[in-house]
Amino acid sequence: MENALDIASTALLEAPGIGDQQLQRIMDTLVSRQVDTADAYFQYSRLESWVLDDGIVKEGNHNIDQGAGLRAISGEKTGFSYTEDLDLTSLLQAAGTARAITRSGQSGALKIQSGRAIAPVYSTTDPLASLTDSAKIELLKSLDAEARKLDPRVKQVTASLAAAHDVVLIINNEGLLTADVRPLVRCNVQVIVEQQGRREQGSAGGGARTSLEFLLEQDRALGFAREAVRQALVNLEAVDTPAGPMPVVLGSGWPGILLHEAVGHGLEGDLNRKGLSTFSGRTGEQVASPLCTVVDDGTLPGRRGSLTIDDEGTPAQHTVLIENGILRSYMQDRFNGSLTGTASTGNGRRESYAHLPIPRMTNTYMLPGEQEPEEIIRSVDRGLYAVNFAGGQVDITSGKFVFSLNEAYLIENGRITQPVKGATLIGNGPEVMSRISMVGNDLQLDPGVGVCGKDGQSVPVGVGQPTLKVDEITVGGIAV
Amino acid sequence: MIMDLDRQQQMVEEMLAEARAQGATAAEAAVSADESLSVTVRLGALETVEQSRDHSLGITVYMGQRKGSSSTTDFSPAAIRESVKKACTIARYTSEDPYAGLADPAQQAKDYPDLDLCHPWQLDVAEATEIATACEQAARDADSRVTNSEGATVNSHVGGFIYGNSNGFMGGYPVSRHNISCVVMAQDGNSMQRDYWYDSSRLPGHLEPPEAIGREAARRTLDKLHARKLGTCQAPVLFSANMASSLMRSLIGAIRGHAQYRKSSFLLDALGQQILPEWVQIHENPLLPRGLASAPFDSEGVATRGNRFVVDGVLNHYVLDSYAARKLEMETTGNAGGVRNLTIDTGSSDREALIREMGRGLLVTELLGQGFNPVTGDYSRGAAGFWVEQGEIQYPVEEITIAGNMKQMLQQLVAVGNDIHKASSIRTGSWLIENMTIAGD
Repeated sequence: MENALDIASTALLEAPGIGDQQLQRIMDTLVSRQVDTADAYFQYSRLESWVLDDGIVKEGNHNIDQGAGLRAISGEKTGFSYTEDLDLTSLLQAAGTARAITRSGQSGALKIQSGRAIAPVYSTTDPLASLTDSAKIELLKSLDAEARKLDPRVKQVTASLAAAHDVVLIINNEGLLTADVRPLVRCNVQVIVEQQGRREQGSAGGGARTSLEFLLEQDRALGFAREAVRQALVNLEAVDTPAGPMPVVLGSGWPGILLHEAVGHGLEGDLNRKGLSTFSGRTGEQVASPLCTVVDDGTLPGRRGSLTIDDEGTPAQHTVLIENGILRSYMQDRFNGSLTGTASTGNGRRESYAHLPIPRMTNTYMLPGEQEPEEIIRSVDRGLYAVNFAGGQVDITSGKFVFSLNEAYLIENGRITQPVKGATLIGNGPEVMSRISMVGNDLQLDPGVGVCGKDGQSVPVGVGQPTLKVDEITVGGIAV
Repeated sequence: MIMDLDRQQQMVEEMLAEARAQGATAAEAAVSADESLSVTVRLGALETVEQSRDHSLGITVYMGQRKGSSSTTDFSPAAIRESVKKACTIARYTSEDPYAGLADPAQQAKDYPDLDLCHPWQLDVAEATEIATACEQAARDADSRVTNSEGATVNSHVGGFIYGNSNGFMGGYPVSRHNISCVVMAQDGNSMQRDYWYDSSRLPGHLEPPEAIGREAARRTLDKLHARKLGTCQAPVLFSANMASSLMRSLIGAIRGHAQYRKSSFLLDALGQQILPEWVQIHENPLLPRGLASAPFDSEGVATRGNRFVVDGVLNHYVLDSYAARKLEMETTGNAGGVRNLTIDTGSSDREALIREMGRGLLVTELLGQGFNPVTGDYSRGAAGFWVEQGEIQYPVEEITIAGNMKQMLQQLVAVGNDIHKASSIRTGSWLIENMTIAGD
């Protein structure tokens, strides 16, 4: 496997003719004595995607996105500029623009040095080339065939395949040069089923920071097609969700989006520094039931939310956010960390060179407890078993979060009975976390489909949790 | 402008020629470039200055009935050639699709009007800082309970694009867009709330005064303090204008040709059916001079027109691009790339009158989450707003959900207010829906 710094230097610096001397000039233009933090972020990414719809492979797209974002920070002031032209003139101009936020000061003279090698948590191999184009087409066609073969009620199948090869190179005001080469693959299947005039949909997918072969291993992608069909058929039988407060059992894996919304965003360093989060200034306080230990871990090999280094060059970490219900740590980038006297936790992330880095989650999950999942369901007289989620949203200041279910069942007398449709859960983060009364022994991470949006920036993330029970949460539905 | 339109046109021509040289039977390409300045002031001090210059180009090629696309931000001649080649390679692997292809040349815009969409703002960092400071200060001065802020941002954006295809269409124009926004936090006892307000316009001179935007952000935030939950019940729901636009968007999604031929719409085959009460008229106004979503031609060069999608509550026609039109054996409606300045004819009542008309029910000013199923119409979303009794707002509410089915919600539309939110590209007032389920305590 090739070294990330070699790959990045070749792709991002050598091609446009940026040598050490030019890099030095760019950094000298960007950094002055009044600048506390600065960095130049070079990026070259290629994305390829294919879509099968209506029985044929309709779309194929290839995208190249390259550019450099330059940032200079003085106190709480940030100057930022980016360019898509990687020639010296454009880069110097962007550096000057970013630094203009500070009063003119004497330029520093940086000594540029490579950062120490970090053991990568994924391969530097380009995933776009990991399967031939014919094999990609065959894979999509096999997903369409599998879904249609499973049940004659399947009327429509949409399958997509995407692979990204993202090369980044970061140089900061300490002269530290780091690089990362990040693969990301994803496959999704969505089906529409019809029975006596009623139509429902189901979808499933997965991905990882690895090659496309991942999707073929253990018939993984075929599994997505089967799962999408299963879910759609369940929804054909679903009845209206009863509205009102009730106990809810959340399944393991993807329902971990609960943690992402209920506590994750509220623990990101930017809003806490500004005193705008419901969790601001609460380190050391009980913010969840003692059964809850929640971590953010960017070091899991190959996971969708994992990073060898974050977008500021800090190695990703395993950070305990909540330990036995006590708030231990926020997630920080360099800027917010330094302003609050803490170090970066390796959570400085950006969608691309065209965006400023901000504190973001990587893979956020809850550690397992001791109960059997069956035991947890048996403990509920009347409630909801929530298995699959469409997505969520949170208001970090008020702590209110919501998420939409696309597969859920009623629990009656300790047994799972009827599937329900159109259910939404709404609650207050700290309140709901304090009402977690049972935690299962079945920790699972999600299949690798998470996309998190914040301040207009999307980044891939992972979530996970064991089966858990919330004693009471408001369930939004249509039936009263 | 960092790149003039003539240069962009030349690039489109070169790409189309390159596609032809590489064996494409048809092709379409677009080049866009823009620049922007964004300045944020927080707690009275300059916080962020962002300046950017963007450009990108995209090409779609057809090899007979097979299609391939690619795009790049690398404008070097080698990268552009490589991009065209990549699109051609992809087109060798995608399937034969009898409906694929460019728009019918007869439908292409010939002499399209200048819609006056570009009004650059000669704004420097100092001036932007001044405006943002005034905006945030007005919010912070509005009330002592406004204790914190996420800042005020002034954003100015100017750009342009050229689209061309191998059927001889070539067109493009410059555009501008300017925004002022403000986000503040208010605190009173244990209650902590945050909200925002903004304005957006093609013309800097048409923006609301920054102080007015700041005061509105403060008012919205203060109004939310001490919000309560509600008991689970059924009641009428009034969607404020900026929330009602999301209902309009869901409706348009359901009548898009793509949703129809994929049978993934809750309004499947509803053409000619009464989908809304008979007093409802919904149309678009793409040629509105200076409009936020105006465009003289769509994203495949087809002339836009004032489509009347809903006439007297009846679905008059679908939202179609050429592809969907061919699939459905219809004609394109010039909606490749979406609808433009979608408008619903409003009644004579303002929001206060609608609150009185509702009598007892829920005014929704905020929606959370994505709980809408476009296939079934099932609608279930988190909400916040105000509880109304005897025609008057009683208290703010939060942590509730509202649920219904969009098909019925459209049928149960009682009134549309004249309180149009002008910063939105969808022109609607508040929507009063007869009955929905509210979940709370």
